[in-house]
Amino acid sequence: MHALANPARFRRLAEALTPWLAGAGLLLVGTGLFIGLVLAPADYLQGQSVRIMYVHVPAAWLALGGYLGMALAALTARIWKHPVADVAVHAIAPVGATFAAVCLLTGSIWGRPTWGTWWQWDGRLTSMLLLFFLYLGVIALLSAWDDRAQGARAAGLLAIVGTINLPIIKFSVEWWNTLHQPASIRLSGSSIHAAMLQPLLISAIGFALLFAAAVFMRMRAILAEQQREARLRRRAVAA
Amino acid sequence: MAARAGEWLLPAIFFLLVAVLFPFAIGPERALLARIAPAILWVAALLAALLPVGALYAADAADGTLDQFAVRGVAGETLALARIGSLWLALAVPLLPAFPLAALMLGLEPSAWPGHAARLLGGLLGLAALANMAGALTLGARGGGGLAGLLVLPMALPILIFGVGAAGGTAAGPGSAALWLAASVLLLVAVAPFAVAQALAGTRS
Repeated sequence: MHALANPARFRRLAEALTPWLAGAGLLLVGTGLFIGLVLAPADYLQGQSVRIMYVHVPAAWLALGGYLGMALAALTARIWKHPVADVAVHAIAPVGATFAAVCLLTGSIWGRPTWGTWWQWDGRLTSMLLLFFLYLGVIALLSAWDDRAQGARAAGLLAIVGTINLPIIKFSVEWWNTLHQPASIRLSGSSIHAAMLQPLLISAIGFALLFAAAVFMRMRAILAEQQREARLRRRAVAA
Repeated sequence: MAARAGEWLLPAIFFLLVAVLFPFAIGPERALLARIAPAILWVAALLAALLPVGALYAADAADGTLDQFAVRGVAGETLALARIGSLWLALAVPLLPAFPLAALMLGLEPSAWPGHAARLLGGLLGLAALANMAGALTLGARGGGGLAGLLVLPMALPILIFGVGAAGGTAAGPGSAALWLAASVLLLVAVAPFAVAQALAGTRS
């Protein structure tokens, strides 16, 4: 971890990794979605509409996982004053918010034919919306100061405090048994048939790689911007 | 917090105004209003708690009071806990007399008043903790008011859900909602002082 604290070294590493992550991610998402949308069987109950699952479920996982990653990065930045971890918080927030939005939108589209409504005040839906708002709060705090470090500090604190919400989202379907189905995939096994589980996992891994690629690209852009600002400041002092 | 004359009444007036807005918006149907009165009162209290967020730490940061506390070795967590307590008093004391007034106008059953008022008092403690957290986090930020709302409102949802749930009764029964309300309030009060202290320390460095 300390080896990565050097922004220049991190940028080189991220630059080398990004095309591989993005390429593999696109390939896996393409494969997973092709199998899922064309080859996999339709659900006997939900018909063709079940196919939106191959986007909806990975988006939900990544929105949650991304938030956890962002909170861990914020914790790392706080404890070890890790300079790249702050940048990671900054980079993950909009990407995670996008995935949360995709999850909410696809869920809404999926809910229309199967539940008969675009939106329902159900525990899981509501807590996912909450996660989206938490992301928005972090993003708003990040840009609320002229001093970038100040914004990163406040946003990191919010990200850490907001993790209280993660177990609520995770267990919401078990606590409030309302509309959203309980988790079908657990560590102990899955109640989804292999023909549907396989493309789901492939596309989930693919989306995760794309998530990582997007975060790395954003981190490089932010680091480059910081470097440019520092250079401008030096030049202004010298002049 | 500056104690200008009449300023302490502001949360109560705001609370009453928000509570009165609903009958205007929904219409004067007594049965409907009585049914949603607990929800209206909770939303009004939530908005009243949001009102002072911007002023909680701004003046003390500007005139150096916060720095003085730090120099004298007062722990940020102690200061935050005291601030949470004082904000709770500043909210609860004026809201308590305003509560029966609003409840009466909304047609809430008088036998339910003491229970609602007690839960509201407990919930306000959690809201005071949240308001302090938001006030410290947004200290010196651009667009303070809206930003504070963006931070407080999502985090306040458990208090709102369990507070109103405790009033109306959920599937699991009203007792469990009251316990959940107490749990969320205690969690917020336990976490907030540390978050406030960290945020205040951040503005000093």
